[in-house]
Amino acid sequence: LRLCRCPARALLSRFAGAPRARRGLAARPEMHFGFQTVTEEERREKIYQVFETVAKKYDVMNDSMTLGIHRVWKDILVHKMNPCPGTLLLDVAGGTGDIAFRFINYVRSVRQRQLQRKLKHHQNLSWQEIFESYQKDKFNSLGDSQVVVCDINREMLKVGKQKAQYLGYSEGLSWVLGNAEELPFDDDKFDVYTIAFGIRNVTRIDLALQEAYRVLKPGGRFLCLEFSHVSNPLLSRLYDLYSFQVIPVLGEVIAGDWKSYQYLVESIRQFPPQEELKVMIEDAGFFKVDYENLNFGIVAIHSGFKL
Amino acid sequence: QPLELPLSRAGPSALLPAGRARPGHSEPRGRHGRGGEDERQREEQMGGWQQLYPGHIPTSPLQKALLAAGSAVVALCDPYRHDMVAVLGETTGCLALPNLRDKMKNHPEGYRILQERPRIRLSTLDMARLQGLPDGSLGREYVRFLEDNKVSPDTRMPPKFVDDEELAYVIQRYREVHDLMHTLLGMPTNMLGEVVVKWFEAIQTGLPMCVLGAAFGPVRLSTRKLQVLATELVPWAIRSGLNASCVLNVYYEQRWEQPVESLREELGIFPPP
Repeated sequence: LRLCRCPARALLSRFAGAPRARRGLAARPEMHFGFQTVTEEERREKIYQVFETVAKKYDVMNDSMTLGIHRVWKDILVHKMNPCPGTLLLDVAGGTGDIAFRFINYVRSVRQRQLQRKLKHHQNLSWQEIFESYQKDKFNSLGDSQVVVCDINREMLKVGKQKAQYLGYSEGLSWVLGNAEELPFDDDKFDVYTIAFGIRNVTRIDLALQEAYRVLKPGGRFLCLEFSHVSNPLLSRLYDLYSFQVIPVLGEVIAGDWKSYQYLVESIRQFPPQEELKVMIEDAGFFKVDYENLNFGIVAIHSGFKL
Repeated sequence: QPLELPLSRAGPSALLPAGRARPGHSEPRGRHGRGGEDERQREEQMGGWQQLYPGHIPTSPLQKALLAAGSAVVALCDPYRHDMVAVLGETTGCLALPNLRDKMKNHPEGYRILQERPRIRLSTLDMARLQGLPDGSLGREYVRFLEDNKVSPDTRMPPKFVDDEELAYVIQRYREVHDLMHTLLGMPTNMLGEVVVKWFEAIQTGLPMCVLGAAFGPVRLSTRKLQVLATELVPWAIRSGLNASCVLNVYYEQRWEQPVESLREELGIFPPP
């Protein structure tokens, strides 16, 4: 595991225009922080503080709030991705590593099956040749797959690294401190870009989508897992009731932090709904953009390709 | 057009979630809304309640019920979660706190406390002066208590869920005076001492949190301690609690020089066993 702080180098010159434009925007209090109105800078700071505070209890709270269902959502995302060994994944806002670990498990099991099939076809080899082929493949249980976990928040990365150590994940994993709006990576590098429950907290979603487009290889896939809008009126009322009445209470009782979880439920309401996000993804240059609702729209997976 | 909101609590119908009150719910909300719209959204979700004092978090009756239940469970499972004990006190004190406040209002010294709102904090206490007072005086014994038990008056949580600004002060005062209770009753901050003080406070204030603490606190004590508790300490605490006048009606900050014995007599607390 290495914490790689890639220098910004030529990236900044490419985006010399962007910071200036952003500074102009920051003067006007136009952004939303939950239901409050704040400037861009304030929003970034507040969100950083929210995740700094919740980092240690992030996983516990996720399980309590969603009654463990978030695990299923993340499983579905990785199954939809269906990575094969050799895939290079960039998981943005990947903080505590949930997607990264699932990715590793998935490619590992695919790799296992690959190796088994290979052995089946080589049953006429001598036992010595079989043993030698084991040696070759032994240190390649991931088949050269790699995942880079990128997060803007140090505390979340810290928790993620500790988790990785605790669960025994070491190879194929890198942890990078970076901003989704300005990624410290070069163009055309990754096969898949995922952002799970993170894009909601990005201040300039359009920039994050542009960056996603930039760092993906041609043929690469963009996948976004995020809370979205429920159109069914009855379910929507129940969902609101649960969100606003129960979740901040859970935050106070379990994590001793009401306000961060109040922000969480408010930010879900402020986030663009499925169709709007689809248009934004198309605007960034992605093709074949589609979305899949999970649990009637409580969560949605958006997918697009760089062609 | 800004909403005009009452400064005190909204009606009971404010409990329900915004889904009912909001027209055009399924429309995408503009990401660049006006400030007024945000306040309206938040107020709708919160049932039209406002922040009444710094740190106040307005809550609906359902939220208070959930908080009370959740904090009770957590406080029992993990007694070191002082914040949960505090939350339990705030969410269950809706009957006891107005009673306490009225007791204070009807007493000259208590009334003055409500007006002047003194706070017991390290920044407001002159520790050097208190240490210099003669042994047996309230100030000296209080400082001794803080040092012996290694506690500080600054660790008291500010109230969050009390929906009345004056009652928030009352519960704050109760928390800050808790250490002085220990001093007056001569009880240390171990589990046994805390339970005894809770019994005394339960009788004095009627706060459900004190009653629960008094009833469930002994669960974690050894049988020997339980015996001492049941035979000597609790009966004494109850008798003193019933006999004493309201302990929140004492302007402690003006009585540092008074000997503890004399204050005990004045209040009606029997000498500790």
